Amino acid sequence: MSKVLMKGNEAIGEAAIRAGCLNYFAYPITPQSEVAEYLSHRMPEVNGVFLQGESEVAVGYMIFGAAACGARVMTTSSSPGISLMSEAISYIASAQCPAVFVNIMRGGPGLGGILPSQGDYFQATKGGGHGDYRLLVFAPASVQEAVEMVMMAFPLAEKYRNPVMILGDGLIGQMMEPVTFPDHLKTEPVNTDSWATSGMDTRHSKTRNLVKSLYLDPVQLNAHNLKLKAKYDRMKKEDIRFESYNIESDYRVLIVSYGTMSRVCRTAIDNLKAEGFEVAMIRPQTLFPFPELAVRQAASKESCQIVVSIEMNMGQMLEDVERCVQGRKPVEWYGKCGGEVPTPEEIMEVVQSFATSTRKEQN
Amino acid sequence: MGKIFRKPEALSEQQTHYCPGCTHGVIHRLVAEVIDELGISGRTVGIAPVGCAVLAYNYFVFDFQEAAHGRAPAMATGIKRVRPDLMVFTYQGDGDLASIGMGEIIHAANRGEKFTTIFVNNAVYGMTGGQMAPTTMPNQRTTTSPFGRNVAEVGMPIKVAELLAALQTPAYISRQTVIRPKYIVKAKKAIRKAFEYQLEGKCFSIVEVVSTCPTNWGMTPLESVNWAETTLLPYYPLGDIKTPESVNGGTDAK
Repeated sequence: MSKVLMKGNEAIGEAAIRAGCLNYFAYPITPQSEVAEYLSHRMPEVNGVFLQGESEVAVGYMIFGAAACGARVMTTSSSPGISLMSEAISYIASAQCPAVFVNIMRGGPGLGGILPSQGDYFQATKGGGHGDYRLLVFAPASVQEAVEMVMMAFPLAEKYRNPVMILGDGLIGQMMEPVTFPDHLKTEPVNTDSWATSGMDTRHSKTRNLVKSLYLDPVQLNAHNLKLKAKYDRMKKEDIRFESYNIESDYRVLIVSYGTMSRVCRTAIDNLKAEGFEVAMIRPQTLFPFPELAVRQAASKESCQIVVSIEMNMGQMLEDVERCVQGRKPVEWYGKCGGEVPTPEEIMEVVQSFATSTRKEQN
Repeated sequence: MGKIFRKPEALSEQQTHYCPGCTHGVIHRLVAEVIDELGISGRTVGIAPVGCAVLAYNYFVFDFQEAAHGRAPAMATGIKRVRPDLMVFTYQGDGDLASIGMGEIIHAANRGEKFTTIFVNNAVYGMTGGQMAPTTMPNQRTTTSPFGRNVAEVGMPIKVAELLAALQTPAYISRQTVIRPKYIVKAKKAIRKAFEYQLEGKCFSIVEVVSTCPTNWGMTPLESVNWAETTLLPYYPLGDIKTPESVNGGTDAK
């Protein structure tokens, strides 16, 4: 298919259909409502299911019910809506059903604002809902990448029988960019007979399936959690994705940044390079599992004086970066939230001043 | 001479966890009998609530999902939308359906989702130990209304069947009880009708079943039956409240 100019939210909707997801439930919220608007007319064209639920709380459970039958399902929302869905996400993770949740982040906390933000990093990567569970979290940095990640998300959700989250920011949803859609996914639908409540007749089975998350026996609940943990550990082994930039240079500063913010950082890095100041970047494409080793190794390079986590929040990924660097180098944070996206000039200035102050301290 | 009374095939061999005198067992049996009679257990998915019936799936032998508190109608919606060929029912208590899950049940009913709800109303939270429910009677003592339900502070008990019948979308809405054999026969007919409407893809259907909770009412099973009959039934009248055939919604039977 040739290149088309498309708004991120609409491209995400189209990508879901091309990934074979014909079931979509959602509730309107800015800045992601265009996904629902787009799919409200696209789903009928492909004999798919579109339903606007009465709340994000209900939508979370529509997703759960449908996913538990073995159907490929997606919902999209934005920060406050994801908070409401987090109850269902916890249940779905425990019940081990595949589903895709897209969060087009806006500023928080509370009602916050409607402009781009990365304030839900903690929520997406550290829980959000109750209990020990993890999501596989993708962070797209362009409309094209959002499309590719949505299409990757479904097979991965099915591989792990776990919810996958696409964590985009408002810019990714609202921005129009040229995008080339990959062909429809060719993957065969996975066999869900061992667990899905698809009806015994459908499975030609006399054994019923039960989808649940209640384990009153503490020994059983512990065993269940260990089983879930093994899956999250497997994600760390098999599905970390990241991109490195200018990593071959003798960089003085290592930036860790993702999503829209990482694009601004890339421009800043190019501009600084022209001035003879080398900066490299690790851009996590999966926020969980986090590219721990890549960050640690990049920080360990001798030329690297300081690591800076740059994000559109008050320093959330910073804690993961500090964890990975393990004190090998100083770690700083720079960011803004509420909808203001730092400019390349701002990043250039910040990065240089961090490098200078570190040098002074070392002297 | 053949057997004239047997366990429905849709019920398991599991020993009950319900208290003596509790009506859940009877209601489970009626649901299982209807599913057997309609021959649909191979394509039925039940949804268990949060409450005493969270373990309902232990007693049925077909597919089951377990919902969060109040969310069963949203899960049923998800199933029916992606698999309209499946027969789906939610089994919910009054705290689950009429308190925390009121939003979900009203909107599912109003969309005319083609599933069935069995709504067990025993005027109290059972599983958590007898707290006040939206259906608790005026002056009824519970662990969170120790001086009796004060309607000046917390309002009157909610009549769920009548509330849902006020919606303009066609539906089958019935209220029954199983506290004496004469009522059980009628309750089964209503449950069967509810499943048949779903089978025909006709409408949302719900049967509210006025029930007992001797443990949390602090009564013997016999006292419970009498109290339900003299106190609950006058406030929660029995019969079909609405059928999809009725023109303007609202009460059209009994």
